Amino acid sequence: MYPVIEKTLIAENTICQFTVKAPEIARKVLPGQFVIVKATNEGERIPLTVADKNTEEGTITLIFQVIGKTTAILRNLGIGENIKDVVGPLGKPTHLENFGTVVCVGGGTGIAILHHLTKALYEMGNEIISIIGARTKSLIIMEKEMGLISHQLLVCTDDGSYGTRGFVTDLLKDVISKRQDVKQIVAIGPTPMMRACVETAKNPYIPILVSLNPIMLDGTGMCGVCRCTVGGKTKFACVDGPDFDGHEVDFDELDKRLRMYLIQERESLLSSIK
Amino acid sequence: MNSITDFKYIKYGSKLQTYCPNCHRGLNKKYPQKGTEFVEVGIEYSGNKGKLKLSPYLNIFDVELTIDMPEGTTAEDIFCPYCSQSFIVDTRKCELGDHKIAKIYVSAYSRLLPFYICAQKGCTWHGLEKEDEGWLKIRIPRQKMTEQDPYMRIMNFDEVPLGLRMEQAALEAYRCMQCQKPMCIEGCPVNIDIKEFIGCIRENDMIGAIRKIKETNSLPAICGRVCPQEIQCEAKCILGRSEEPVAIGNLERFVADYERAMGVHIPPKCPRTGKKVAVIGSGPSGLTMASEMLKCGHDVVVYEALHELGGVLVYGIPEFRLPKEIVRQEIDYLKKLGVVFKTNHVIGKIYTVKELFEELNFNAVYIATGAGLPKFMGIPGENAPGVFSANEYLTRMNLMKAYMFPRYDTPNPRGRRVSVVGGGNVAMDCARTALRSPGTEKVSLVYRRSRDEMPARKEEIVHAEHEGIEFHILTNPVSINQDKRGNVSSITCIKMKLGEPDDSGRRKPVPIEGSEYEIGCDMVVIAIGTGPNEVLFQGTQEMKRNKWGYIEVDPSTGRTSLDGVWAGGDIVTGSATVILAMGAAKEAAADIDEYLRKS
Ligand SMILES: Cc1cc2nc3c(=O)[nH]c(=O)nc-3n(C[C@H](O)[C@H](O)[C@H](O)COP(=O)(O)OP(=O)(O)OC[C@H]3O[C@@H](n4cnc5c(N)ncnc54)[C@H](O)[C@@H]3O)c2cc1C
Ligand code: SF4
Ligand code: FES
Repeated sequence: MYPVIEKTLIAENTICQFTVKAPEIARKVLPGQFVIVKATNEGERIPLTVADKNTEEGTITLIFQVIGKTTAILRNLGIGENIKDVVGPLGKPTHLENFGTVVCVGGGTGIAILHHLTKALYEMGNEIISIIGARTKSLIIMEKEMGLISHQLLVCTDDGSYGTRGFVTDLLKDVISKRQDVKQIVAIGPTPMMRACVETAKNPYIPILVSLNPIMLDGTGMCGVCRCTVGGKTKFACVDGPDFDGHEVDFDELDKRLRMYLIQERESLLSSIK
Repeated sequence: MNSITDFKYIKYGSKLQTYCPNCHRGLNKKYPQKGTEFVEVGIEYSGNKGKLKLSPYLNIFDVELTIDMPEGTTAEDIFCPYCSQSFIVDTRKCELGDHKIAKIYVSAYSRLLPFYICAQKGCTWHGLEKEDEGWLKIRIPRQKMTEQDPYMRIMNFDEVPLGLRMEQAALEAYRCMQCQKPMCIEGCPVNIDIKEFIGCIRENDMIGAIRKIKETNSLPAICGRVCPQEIQCEAKCILGRSEEPVAIGNLERFVADYERAMGVHIPPKCPRTGKKVAVIGSGPSGLTMASEMLKCGHDVVVYEALHELGGVLVYGIPEFRLPKEIVRQEIDYLKKLGVVFKTNHVIGKIYTVKELFEELNFNAVYIATGAGLPKFMGIPGENAPGVFSANEYLTRMNLMKAYMFPRYDTPNPRGRRVSVVGGGNVAMDCARTALRSPGTEKVSLVYRRSRDEMPARKEEIVHAEHEGIEFHILTNPVSINQDKRGNVSSITCIKMKLGEPDDSGRRKPVPIEGSEYEIGCDMVVIAIGTGPNEVLFQGTQEMKRNKWGYIEVDPSTGRTSLDGVWAGGDIVTGSATVILAMGAAKEAAADIDEYLRKS
């Protein structure tokens, strides 16, 4: 049992931030790693990236967008209530070093995970240009926190209600064309966003790190549902990733595999409303 | 009219096991308090019906009657208390004159023999028929468990065989010849004293039987269901040379279920040694190690990566073959004995093996993480949605209970026509699970060798065939094809023929050129085997492993190349069987105990 210590609802209650007591995980987890969460006895197992940790308190921070039945159940947990199962830390920690100038691109809840990485990159002495975006103003999260660890912060919304109007890729193109010294891009967010960022980073070619979010089950390399084609080889995102070189990823396949259980997910949501 | 000389007498003093010739139910019963046995039949005299109790020992003639019946009168009827069929067969001349004679069956010499009782009160006449064609031919057939009908069972996930009935178990036990030099014991990987435990069943001592088994096997309810008996104990059974072998597995299952129904006895705790052992993995190997260490007085903590305990027993083997309730009860039993279980602990991630020693002060570590890494074939189309590894499919359906979707949240893979690739237990389980899922119309199984070479248990193959799974043997998939939308549309296969024997001694299948054909399907499950998972080795890369990545151990002790670390089960042998995984734990346990007592 893993009790929820703190809970914050942000972005019009669609994004939920939890601080969960899990001392054994907190002492080990590194940026880029995730946990698998199972909320109830009947629940499914879903991966959530660890957005932060506090080793003294023995807690980890999880941020998720409420999209399906499981995330809805999680949101309804109150402080002091328990998450049934939390397994981790899983996956490889992100490979971080002093690259020089790094552009960090985040969309939606991806910003929360990006924040964890950016902080580490910042502390390593990189020059950080951050680009964050969302559909609309109310969905922009962690702007202040990102600002504190970026040398330059750019914000955009699809509807122009805040920051520049447009997509993060528009801003990314801009940055790349203006600055010749970008050594690395880190893009974390919805799959279409990461895919577009990779396209942008092709010409001129800039290394880009993406954090894939395929469907997962066990998270330990036992089932293979998370398999992705990277550089022509099949990789298990839960053990070989979740971070991969964006230029190598077969996004078409990832896209298709992400839609594998769409019907079931809808049914599940419907049955829970009934 | 027959004369006395036509009858052969059975040896005085021997105990008879009696049965109704119609319904085959056993007529022997026990007085609950006294524990002594009697034979009970129904009796009718001058219109009153009652019960007649006879001694099962041939030299004792005390008879109890629940109705009044004067000495010297003859009963109108003697009948079965269960099915009420009359036993009266004839009026024959017994030693005292012409009386009605009732016929029942007794078991002896691995046969069922007709046994006659006189219906006149006071007459002690009884006997076997003469040794002639009459009785030699009536062998006790191998008792078959009642099974759910194939048409019914493919619509549910309940267990298929329903177990032996009490009287069947007794009959089956009487088929055993109690050989002087029983071979069956050698056939059993953990050497259960099979002759003794079957002997106990013959004496109606079920608890004695289960105790005997548990001396060497702590999970009999599981082994009775999943062991490949036909290549182990039953293959060696001496009776098997002339007819079907004794159904050892079914008897094992029977006594284990009997014990579960009666309530399991929990032994008192042994004196503690203060030594701590960490067991990684809660499959059959890990569970066996935990119970052994406890018996030796060491404290045990079992670490399990998943949220549930039992390893393959819960995530792999489906409900209809091994009810999860049984696994849960075995684990509850270990919990009561004092084993500490930690789920959600992936060793290699949350702690490395080294940290178990350094941070958590364990004195020894036993690795039983199984072979959980799914293998794929590397053919085109394998990553299409709609293609699943057996592990994914079974984990969803069994562990996550997706067969009860949407009551359970985990999405269930669906296919109208499903193809399963492989020929082992795993493939059979996938195929039969798919068949039971709503919406499935057809399931085909593609296997590259012949049916005889399928590594699955015989019973599972037969069940799969009865349930209507289409077998494509000597067939190998070459590609999985998708439609325009990226969904699986068919699987292209090539016919194979058996060529020269390979390293394993099995004849190697080689493709027949130009024999490609397509099997239409919208879902594919790949069950071609598994390998070792690397996660465990993070932080312990120096552990010696063989070329397939499995841990190298000293075969008699299970010691690895690291001091204080043992390993056993599938992580050493590659995918094998439950009983071998348990046997390995047993052997390692003896060595660990010795090591801990010395240190
Ligand atoms: C579908 C299927 C059907 C089968 N049918 C039969 C059958 O009918 N008869 C038969 O005899 N055999 C059968 N087998 C084979 C049998 O189940 C295995 O040989 C046996 O379970 C091996 O036992 P084990 O204890 O070595 O490993 P497992 O049962 O695999 O248990 C290993 C456990 O370790 C855990 N683990 C793995 N890595 C870690 C880690 N890093 N940290 C913590 N925990 C970890 C796993 O989650 C798992 O729970 C079948 C196997 C499958 C998959
Ligand atoms: S070999 Fe067969 S008949 Fe002989 S003791 Fe064993 S089980 Fe009984
Ligand atoms: S989630 Fe099962 S192998 Fe990655």
